[in-house]
This record gives sequence, structure tokens and C-alpha cells, in this order.
Amino acid sequence: MPLISASDLKTHYKTRDGLLRSVDGVDLVVERGETVGLVGESGCGKSTLGKTLLRLVDPTAGRIEFKGEDITDLDPGRLRNVRKSIQMIFQDPFASLNPRHTIGEILEAPLIVHKAGNRPERRHTVASIIAKVGLPAEAINRYPHEFSGGQRQRIGIARALLLNPDLIVCDEPVSALDLSIQAQILNLLVEMKKEFGLSYLFISHDLSVVRYFCDRVLVMYLGRIVESADNETLWSDPRHPYTRALMAAVPDPSRPRQAAPLGGDLPSPSDIPSGCRFHTRCPLATELCRVAEPEFRSIKPGHQVACHVADHIN
Amino acid sequence: MAPLLQVENLTIGFPRAEPVRDLSFEMGAGETLAIVGESGSGKSLTALALMQLLPRAAQVTSGRIAFNGRDLLTLDAREMRQLRGRDIAMIFQEPMTSLNPVMSIGRQIGEVLKVHEKLSGRAARERAIELLRLVRIPAAEKRVDDYPHQLSGGMRQRVMIAMAVACRPKLLIADEPTTALDVTIQAQVLDLLDTLRRELQMAVVLITHDLGVVAQWADRVVVMYAGRKVEQALPGDLFNDPLHPYTRGLLSASPRLKNDFHYLSGRLTEIPGSIVSAAGETGCPFRPRCRQARASCSHQVPPLIVQTPDRLVACPFTSPLKAVPDAAHLSL
Repeated sequence: MPLISASDLKTHYKTRDGLLRSVDGVDLVVERGETVGLVGESGCGKSTLGKTLLRLVDPTAGRIEFKGEDITDLDPGRLRNVRKSIQMIFQDPFASLNPRHTIGEILEAPLIVHKAGNRPERRHTVASIIAKVGLPAEAINRYPHEFSGGQRQRIGIARALLLNPDLIVCDEPVSALDLSIQAQILNLLVEMKKEFGLSYLFISHDLSVVRYFCDRVLVMYLGRIVESADNETLWSDPRHPYTRALMAAVPDPSRPRQAAPLGGDLPSPSDIPSGCRFHTRCPLATELCRVAEPEFRSIKPGHQVACHVADHIN
Repeated sequence: MAPLLQVENLTIGFPRAEPVRDLSFEMGAGETLAIVGESGSGKSLTALALMQLLPRAAQVTSGRIAFNGRDLLTLDAREMRQLRGRDIAMIFQEPMTSLNPVMSIGRQIGEVLKVHEKLSGRAARERAIELLRLVRIPAAEKRVDDYPHQLSGGMRQRVMIAMAVACRPKLLIADEPTTALDVTIQAQVLDLLDTLRRELQMAVVLITHDLGVVAQWADRVVVMYAGRKVEQALPGDLFNDPLHPYTRGLLSASPRLKNDFHYLSGRLTEIPGSIVSAAGETGCPFRPRCRQARASCSHQVPPLIVQTPDRLVACPFTSPLKAVPDAAHLSL
């Protein structure tokens, strides 16, 4: 039984400009102990998908199962219980930390809400989690503004770990950090995964980070997953033209510069192109791609792709 | 020939700190010089000093900035205004905050031309359309009346570039121009900048924290740490044989696409601590985070050692890359 799974999940928003199809028919599975990367350009729906899985945003259609239980329509009371097991880490930890509360108060709050122990026990839990994420003990009495970006992300990680979750959705957790700090936080996430037996859904636009950090990768484009493969396969044999373009666009010191692999912008999710939604930017698009949406199909075990021409690529 | 831009011993001071210290570099016409460093390295303040747009609390306490032989620090406000936007232009990381939200993009581009080239309203609009075409904005004659919020992030950055190159500047300062953009759009914008650099014979100061961008787009690189230049090199040399412990640390801390280094096979090499620890440091600013630091590093700031005119390093204890076990996984 997978830890979490979604089938035909849709999150649509009604706006003045029409229906915004942020998440538009996603199937995904995260197994216990797995780190799954979710990559794509801004506006592709990856953050909305993450929030929908946590039920921070309500899905329009589809089904979410956590440990075999359908949580799609769970009422708030029972949802609270599930949320102990699914936590989230954000890109900008500062925005998610109350500036008027000390770190001790911030970290104790979830324990109070979930009635985890009495006061001395809660204090003990907070102190031990602070040590685990590599913050000094006196951090408890300090305020968020007194910490650097890297330390704030450690606080965010500490808060996510407090209730001993099974799954953490990480939404661009290292994107705002300097390179020298990025490595510290990624190493910490790996350690915590081992120690707590965690699974991660790791949302990122940085392919080199995903390559290092993930076991399996989902590539998302305009509300849909267009390719899914284990890490090694995706990088040695990417099949979707979009995946290939994303990889080619990363400036890489070890190879000479090449022309921008993809023209134009991501189309608006309120005006999704007909047929294959990538056809307006695809160098390989055919007449079929303009009219028929490709099915998300297996091309070999563990490797799925939604593309009409994927088989013909060199 | 005299260099286009010559920065000599530039020091920028705030009342209680010196975020840029004793910085020198020069660049020739049409060249791309990258300045890399993390937040707090002083790279953005350096850019603002070149434009003479430092925040009120900051001031240049010593040094010289010679542009085409004229010291910018001796110019009065009016003289600097004539230069700014015409000979030296700048683009920023977040175009949305630098564009006026209640003015069409055509009028914003036209404003530069009215001020510096005394164009009429109609002529300025015509030129604005030409400039939008130059920066590859489709349907320029329609887009010219759009407002910033109607454009995507990549398009807004193109508008900023159109505005910056309107008067064919000799020097363009690009401060993290693609940091807020997706890699696909980043590639388009950097392509465009480089094409314009060649077409307009414009020198570009490219300020970035992205080593991949540096490797692919810069002619020369200056690495800054805590307000000081710690290394200068040609990109190939920097990546093949980084000399300063900070540069070496950065290169080994970054996960890379082209090797199969994975979390299951080992940890990323960290640079411990953060740049904040450089505050109040008397010796080498990198000493508190340096794996090779010795007692003598705290005595004085290590002087820049000139190995060749293109290769400078501010560390007396440089050793070849192969001596650093942590860098073994790098496939550079």
C-alpha cells in the first residue's frame, strides 16, 4: 500500500479570466521511505498540487488516499489527525514564522494543538528537536528575525518534524538560500529522512538539486504530469521533449553554451492549448499533437510519459 | 587603450559597517565581467556605486570609479544624471518592482528617450516599438500599450532590457537579471543580453550567484566574499582549478546535473557557518568558515596574489584541486 496516492486529481479555481486549471488530472504515488521530486516551471501547478495533497486547498475532483484511507472529503476534525502525519516546509521560512513569538513558543504550539504531552514533556520534545536540526539550545528564547535564512529553514524543518510525520511536502525549501547554505540544508534533510524514516515530496525548479536529492522524479507541465521515472532513468534517458528542454536549459559549467532550448512562455492555465498541452512550444509537434491529448503511458517498467512522439526520439 | 571601466580600491561604508572593502577591477569595451558571491558579499552595493545610486546611509569612503577616463565620484548630480541611462544603464532582479505599474511600457521606454535624446512623444513611441522588437517581444506594436501586470516575468525583464539599451549604453549593469526566472526563460534572456552586447558593443557587468551562468556567459569572473575580492579568473580556469578555499567550497557544495552524485552515495560538502561570521573579523574574512585556516590568517587580510594578470587570489595557502578530498566527486 502506498503512503499517499492521488488519482485524477483536479484543482480548479474560478477567476474573472475564466476557469484556472491549476492541477488538471494528476495521478501520483509516493511509497513509504521514498523521495519523489516534482519539477516544472513556475505556474505549472506544482505548489498547488502539493497543497492539495495536504488538503490545504480542496480538490475539485479526484481522490487522495493516505495510508489506504480516503482523505478527499475528510471533515476538519479527522483531517487534523491526518495532518500530524503530513507536514510541509516552505520556500520562505520567515513568512511562515510568527515574528512576535519565540522559537520555543512557535515549536510548542503544534504540540499543544495535538495534545502531545504535558508542559515539561513538550519542553523536552522542543529542546531535543532543536538539537537535532543543528540549532543552538538558546534558540528557544530568541525571535525569528534573529536568525539567518539557513537557520530559519532549520526552524521550519524542526516544526515539520515535531509530530513525527510520515510525509513532508517540501516546497522549494532551498531555493531562497545561498549555495553554501543550500548544501547544509539538503544534508540535514537527508539525515532527518534516515532518522525519522520519512518520505518527501520535493517540489523544486532546480533540476540539479532534484537529481542529487530524489529517488524518483515527476515532471509537470500546465497541470499534468508529463513524465515520471526513477532518478537514474530520467537523467540517462529522458523521453518527453519538455523534460529534455528543461535539462538543456540548465547552464552547466561542463559543456559549452547552447541556444535557448525552448521559446515562449508557459501558456496560461486558464487557456490550456488543445491536444497535447505542450504542442505550442514543442520542437517535435505534429498534426496529431495539435488535436489529440497524449495518454500517460508506460514505455518501460517504472517509466511513464505523455507524448505521441516519445518513442521516435533518437 | 584605456579600459572602459576602472574601479580602484573602492570602499563603501555604512555608519557601522564596511560592506565593500578595497575592491579593484577593470573591464574593456564589449566585455562581460561576472561578479559572483552570496548575499552579503557586497556585489549589489558595488553595482549601485557604479550607478551612483547608493542608499542614503551608504557612501563611498575611498577609491575611484573611472568610466571612460572620468572619475564618477567627482561628478555632480546633474552630470551623473546625464550619464546614467545614457552611457551606463542597469537592470534588476525583479522587473515588477522597477517598472511603474500605472504607466504603459511604451511610455516608460519612451521617457528615457525624451530625456536623453529629446525625442517628441510620437518619435519616442516609434522608437519604443522598435526597441520592443529588438528585445524579441512578439506583436510589439500592440504590446507597447500594455501595462507591466499584463506581461509575464520574462517579458517584463525584456522590457527592462529595452529601456536599459534605449540609448545604446557602453556599460550595462545586470544585477541578478534572471534569478527570478525559470531556467527556460533564463536561457532566453541571457541569449538576448549576449546578442545585444555584441550588436551594441556594450560591456556587461553580470552580477549573479549562479556558477553555471558564470561559466557559460562571462569572459572574466570576480569572486567576492564579505565585501572583498577573493579571486579573479577566466571562467575555464576558475572551474578547472579554483584557488581560493571559498571558491573551492562553493564548487564542491553545488549539486550538478552532469554527474551522478546522489544522496545515497554521499553528503554534499558543506561550507560551515554563514557569511555573518565575517563581521568584526580582523584577518581573512573567510577564516571563520575555512577548513585550512591557520593562526596567521587572523593577523591580517591576505593581500591579492597576482599569478597572471587574469589570475588573482587572496589566499597564501592555495593548493591544486586534487589535494582537496572533498572535491573528488566533481566532474568538472
